[in-house]
Amino acid sequence: MGSSSSSRNKIPNAQELMRQTGFSSAHLLRLHDRFESLDRDNRGYLSPDDFEALGGLAMNPIGGRIIEAFFSSGIPWTFPPLSGFWLISVQLTETETKKEHSKSSPAAGPGSSNLYDLDRDGKISREELLQVLRAMLGLQVTEEQLQSIAERAIQEADLDKDDAISFDEFKKSLEKMDIDTKMSVSFLK
Amino acid sequence: KGKKTLFQHLVFLEGSVFTVAVASSDQHSPITAHSGSHKATDHGSHNNTGKAFPVLDLNYENVRVPFEISLWVLLASLMKLGFHLVPHLSNIVPESCLLIVVGLLVGGIIRGTGETVPPVLDSKLFFYILLPPIILDAGYFLPIRPFMENLGTILIFAVVGTLWNAFFVGGLLYGVCQIGTESSSILSRIGLLQCLLFGSIISAVDPVAVLAVFEEIHINELLHILVFGESLLNDAVTVVLYHLFEEFSGIGSVTLLKGFLGVISFFVVALGGVLVGVLYGILAAFTSRFTSHTRVIEPLFVFLYSYMAYLSAEIFHLSGIMALIACGAVMRPYVEANISHKSHTTIKYFLKMWSSVSETLIFIFLGVATVAGPHDWNWTFVTVTVILCLVARVIGVVGLTFIINKFRIVKLTTKDQFIIAYGGLRGAIAFSLGFLLNKEHFPEREIFLTAIITVIFFTVFVQGMTIKPLVELLAVKKKQEAKRSINEEIHTQFLDHLLTGIEDICGHYGHHHWKDKLNRFNKKYVKKCLIAGERSKEPQLIAFYHKMEMKQAIQLVESGGGIKMPSAVPSTVSMQNIQPRPSTKPAPERAIPQLSKNKEEEIRKILRTNLQRTRQRLRSYNRHTLVADPYEDGLSDLFLKKQKMFQIEKKMNTYLTVPAPPPDSPTMCRARLASDPQAYSIKPASNKVPMIQVDLASPQSPDSVNLLDEFGQANQQEEEEQGLMMKPPSRPREAKKPSEEDEAKDQQRLMRCLSDPGPSADEDEDGAFLP
Repeated sequence: MGSSSSSRNKIPNAQELMRQTGFSSAHLLRLHDRFESLDRDNRGYLSPDDFEALGGLAMNPIGGRIIEAFFSSGIPWTFPPLSGFWLISVQLTETETKKEHSKSSPAAGPGSSNLYDLDRDGKISREELLQVLRAMLGLQVTEEQLQSIAERAIQEADLDKDDAISFDEFKKSLEKMDIDTKMSVSFLK
Repeated sequence: KGKKTLFQHLVFLEGSVFTVAVASSDQHSPITAHSGSHKATDHGSHNNTGKAFPVLDLNYENVRVPFEISLWVLLASLMKLGFHLVPHLSNIVPESCLLIVVGLLVGGIIRGTGETVPPVLDSKLFFYILLPPIILDAGYFLPIRPFMENLGTILIFAVVGTLWNAFFVGGLLYGVCQIGTESSSILSRIGLLQCLLFGSIISAVDPVAVLAVFEEIHINELLHILVFGESLLNDAVTVVLYHLFEEFSGIGSVTLLKGFLGVISFFVVALGGVLVGVLYGILAAFTSRFTSHTRVIEPLFVFLYSYMAYLSAEIFHLSGIMALIACGAVMRPYVEANISHKSHTTIKYFLKMWSSVSETLIFIFLGVATVAGPHDWNWTFVTVTVILCLVARVIGVVGLTFIINKFRIVKLTTKDQFIIAYGGLRGAIAFSLGFLLNKEHFPEREIFLTAIITVIFFTVFVQGMTIKPLVELLAVKKKQEAKRSINEEIHTQFLDHLLTGIEDICGHYGHHHWKDKLNRFNKKYVKKCLIAGERSKEPQLIAFYHKMEMKQAIQLVESGGGIKMPSAVPSTVSMQNIQPRPSTKPAPERAIPQLSKNKEEEIRKILRTNLQRTRQRLRSYNRHTLVADPYEDGLSDLFLKKQKMFQIEKKMNTYLTVPAPPPDSPTMCRARLASDPQAYSIKPASNKVPMIQVDLASPQSPDSVNLLDEFGQANQQEEEEQGLMMKPPSRPREAKKPSEEDEAKDQQRLMRCLSDPGPSADEDEDGAFLP
């Protein structure tokens, strides 16, 4: 990119951000560009409809949830937080793993579990699981099939027999999956 | 122990007898004292003189070739058997080494008896008969997900790594030959092109050897797929380089144009091979769509199409291995959706069997060829080759990893790099390629062959034997147990969507984005064409769920073995037939052993009386009180079986009547008063009184005691209980609350099911299962 130094000046507190998030300046620049392109009415911060305008998300079965998850904390997404946005999205994905340096506490029902766990009670109940399945599988399956799958999933994972999957049970059932290798989004330099 | 050694001795004796027979039968000359052919000719000449009709004749010549082939295969299989009988041997020494040793022995014996060793590792035999099953087995069962995720890495290792190896080894070898030896020695006459050709032959990592060794060390999936994928994909590079240098050496001159053409031909070979494979794969998938009436030949289509793909690619000098892999990988998801369960098993076991036999034969032949082949041992050449191969591999892997790690999310650690470098085994492909060399163009063919064999031996023996302890020593991550749970499947899909979504937000069209697009395309168009009937619309999760349920059902039936055991699914019914037509229930066959009628009557009488006794005793209790311990009175077995059967039926219902809801409602719980089959049949359940139940067949624990508030539960329950009936799916949509009559009917039917003979022993028991 030609005038990288001047574009870096566009981003307030660039150095600070870089230090905080660990992204390189090229990364930040890219994010900033993306931020600007997303923020179509130039309000300086992002809102849900900006996200909804993205075609890909509209087609995504869990697009709605992702948007919700990002805006759940209620803070307006100006750019500095947006770079934090990546941190959070990385956190969103990381917190499911057993990484020790994960920043949020597992007990609090962290990020990605929130994507399943809509009512934030720290457990994934059968109804919530059904909703996820419904979203992913759409109209192609009958209600009974969804019920059976949800039933089986809960049977498999639910160790304390409370008919819901707590975060620990969730972690345990996925421990064989080697999640950390899968949970990553790389983007070009 | 004595028996074992005796058996081993017998096996080896048999083996050696066979080989001598094989060897001597090769000889045609009438001078040999072997009776076979001799007698045949004798008889032939004598027949003319009007001799008596030969009652017992010996004509070996007719069956010679198939007989020999069978003997070799038999030898291979017996050896394989023998190894596993010897305790501890298979832990220390990998099978491939043992087999090579056996080959050496056999070759030695043959030579010892004065016969010439047959040139068994003929290149045609190897490339057209022995190699394809192994590659097909690998390609069909290739784990697509990890392969695709690491495709970039694998390609870089395969292409760049092999090129680097070839040029490094070839170039330095040429240098050594020129510089290190006197000008008159044979080595200095080896041209640069020949050296490069040799380098390209020797540098390819061999899939057969890698498979043979890595399968025993159970390394983690990532490393396995990296080394194995590399060994498969480098075939394209090897083919191109081989033909290129062979051409050039023949002609003797290299032009820039030819070099450029060489690069282009690489792409043609690789992509062409894949294209041919994909075409045949699609053909096979399409064919399998129509095989619902001729299930028996389904596996044949899989094998035939794959083999044709291989051969077709070979016609055009494209990469046959890549064609085979592409064909297997492409056709698998569609074919598996179409074929029956039995066919699936058949394919799996045939592939495993053929590839196993092929592998064994390859290694044995390698040993025999070592004894047989014309050798020209040249110390310098051989040692330099071995050293250069190792060094080239290490440098290549380290260098490439350094570059690759910049693009990878999950970096390759030093340990990983070591295993990758160490796992670069050479094998029979290199030998066969060397064997193919034309003697006129390559006077130094024997030197090459000797060196190739030495490298092969070195890698297979030294590296093969030591890799297992090294893996332990370095504490490399091992393979996880492969059992997938439905949670993992759900979550994997969820994650895919999540990451695709994040990528969309990011504006970055990455890995997940394209994968998502491919999946959509697949779902929309491809599946409709290639999968028969209803299953084309079935999402992957459902298919997975079905598979799991079926597996479980089969498992339960096999372990249950109770009094009344309808078999899970007749295996010729494919999953296709089950899902869209719930009304056609597979007729439950009974797995009861056939008893004579009298005996059956006797048993029934006994059971009936016992059951009646129980009933009498329990009748003194109120149904509102604790039910008696069902394991009393020595009927524990009976009840255990009933409970197991109950579980099976419950699970089967969940599977077989896919539309059925999970049967975990209070009706079912109430009905599970298995200890008292007949007593409370028609009495309607009182909804108001809490009851302590012994929930015998609950999925959680057989003996858990649930305190239920029936009324409360009944209200919460949305799902309608289906009981044991396989009813059409419309029923659950009706009444939300179970009606009294239904309940009673359910219970009654249930009692009928549960009580083996019972007072209603005269009814047809099958009737209890079908409405």
